[in-house]
Amino acid sequence: MYKIKRFTNIVSGFYLLLLAGTAQAVLNIEITQGVEGAVPLAVVPFSWQVPPQNPQTPADLVPPKKPPVDIAAIVRADLARTGRFDPLPPKDMLARPNVDSTINFSNWRIFQSENLVVGTLQYLGADRYKIRFRLFDVFKEKQLEGFSFSVSGNDLRRAAHQVSDIIYEKLTGERGAFTTSVAYVTAAGVGKARRYSLWIADADGYGPQSMMRSREPILSPAWSPDGTHIAYASLEDNGHQAVFVQNISSGRRDKVSSYKGINGAPSWSPDGKSLAVTLSKDGNPEIYVIDLTGKKQRRLTRHWAIDTEPTWTPDGKTVIFTSDRGGRPQLYQVSSSGGKARRLTFEGKYNAKASVSQDGKKVAMIHRTDGKYRVAVMDLKSGNLRVLTDGSLDESPSFAPNGGMIIYATSAGRRGILKAVSVDGNIHQRLTIPEGDVREPAWSPFPQ
Amino acid sequence: MKLWTKTVLTMLPALMLLGCGTSGEVEEETDSGVSSSSSAGDLDSSATTSGVGSGDMASGEGMGEQELGFGGDPLDDPNSLLAKRVVYFDFDQTDIKSDFLAIVQAHAEYLANNSSVQVTLEGHADERGTREYNIALGELRANAVQRMLALQGASASQVRVISYGEERPAALGHDEDSLALNRRVEFIYNR
Repeated sequence: MYKIKRFTNIVSGFYLLLLAGTAQAVLNIEITQGVEGAVPLAVVPFSWQVPPQNPQTPADLVPPKKPPVDIAAIVRADLARTGRFDPLPPKDMLARPNVDSTINFSNWRIFQSENLVVGTLQYLGADRYKIRFRLFDVFKEKQLEGFSFSVSGNDLRRAAHQVSDIIYEKLTGERGAFTTSVAYVTAAGVGKARRYSLWIADADGYGPQSMMRSREPILSPAWSPDGTHIAYASLEDNGHQAVFVQNISSGRRDKVSSYKGINGAPSWSPDGKSLAVTLSKDGNPEIYVIDLTGKKQRRLTRHWAIDTEPTWTPDGKTVIFTSDRGGRPQLYQVSSSGGKARRLTFEGKYNAKASVSQDGKKVAMIHRTDGKYRVAVMDLKSGNLRVLTDGSLDESPSFAPNGGMIIYATSAGRRGILKAVSVDGNIHQRLTIPEGDVREPAWSPFPQ
Repeated sequence: MKLWTKTVLTMLPALMLLGCGTSGEVEEETDSGVSSSSSAGDLDSSATTSGVGSGDMASGEGMGEQELGFGGDPLDDPNSLLAKRVVYFDFDQTDIKSDFLAIVQAHAEYLANNSSVQVTLEGHADERGTREYNIALGELRANAVQRMLALQGASASQVRVISYGEERPAALGHDEDSLALNRRVEFIYNR
């Protein structure tokens, strides 16, 4: 488990600024296409229980006046955002049972709700809370899950996402990704006033935290496998690209690569000990693996063409990258110890920027079709490629850690926005910020 | 524009030297300053290139110069090929097109003849395709120009290459004309 805190301490130099008082780039997420026949379900507002109060009640047992977080509302939003569920609005509910109630299932059958979630949030004192919830099959009148756990006030939102994870997994058979985070880059202002910021927010867009801010473009944020660090490339040294690794909780960062030429496109090895990067120090862009001190390096590719955008396969044995060695950009795969690269993509004239699903079975990429750049996903075993989006300038696909969704950047009019699409292409989300451009999304791993 | 203001400011000492401290037409004063060799030196040392070609600078000076001939640094001659500071490329290509060979050659000759002058080649790409690939593409474009400069006598220490990929478009539209303007290498003289 990791917690994101506003950082207070930064390595000096360059254009880093603290963001106190700066407008936060909150992502607003909407479903633009859901599954036909999304499952109706009801998540009843959790009842609020406090210890008995009297004038002698010790201060740390005096509860907040109301629940600090509306657990049920967060769960409803999480499930609705997947496009696979259609939660009943609380105002339509005929009853509001909690975990200790006897459930009258007919109250829910009349809304066709297939599932019912009831819960209780209890104040234990000293900023501790107990969450209890039960998930029912309305038509079978049967409990499917029942859980209880205690958390501190700061972790209530995350606990609500855990409730969503449990419900989602029980109902779909797939692991939920509601407790994960997303990193992204925003750009706002024009000309010399243009500023780039790197942010991390919860996967539902809540609580964006600024990681760094620069006058120069920030590219390719990449999460460490344990979710504690983020690597990125920045052009902040007067157009000279360098790769940085930043500790998410402290804000401390290290420059790990700043050779002559390009230092970009970092990707963490699954063991978290090294980064695959693009360096052009030896004449043109090639793939290298460097350790986190930037001192040790090994070269994986050796070709006069462009080799860039490396990404590790989850087994750590190979690296997939973009190369135009065949005349046009295509994806290739090379052993992480180097050697001969094997071409992976053959469909179309432009396939670039791979993201590999955590099970190692699928590769998302940017694929050109009819002059449009779209997100496509390829099954690595069969080689079958499927275009998932209908954009024209899609970029930077990034798999959710459960492999269910792919987040990517695209443009809407003149603005850069983010979108997400389910791997089957059925569910589409749109993620926007109030002003400016948003780009370069990277979905975090599961919290540890 | 900014460049214009800077030009005028740097000309002030020269104007005083020439005894032209009146509030006459700025354009005229600037012209006369440029044609005098001493003040041309001042201009050279302080004027900065804006990085979006040199059209602005040429506009105020063109007429008079043709008659008088250009007495300053050839880099400031609006009629020289050196005034052209952008080389454009085809989509996903890094070859210098034949239309631009003469321009690159002119810069190569200038650099070869002025060994203290340094230039930064900024490589750019249009918005299509992925960002890091475009960073690489921009660098290869700038490298292609650098190689040609070197072949024609510019020394390696005079030329620096950087790439902005698709991050700094010259034109903001999504139409082919805009995209064509963004696939480029810019000569930025560091003076």
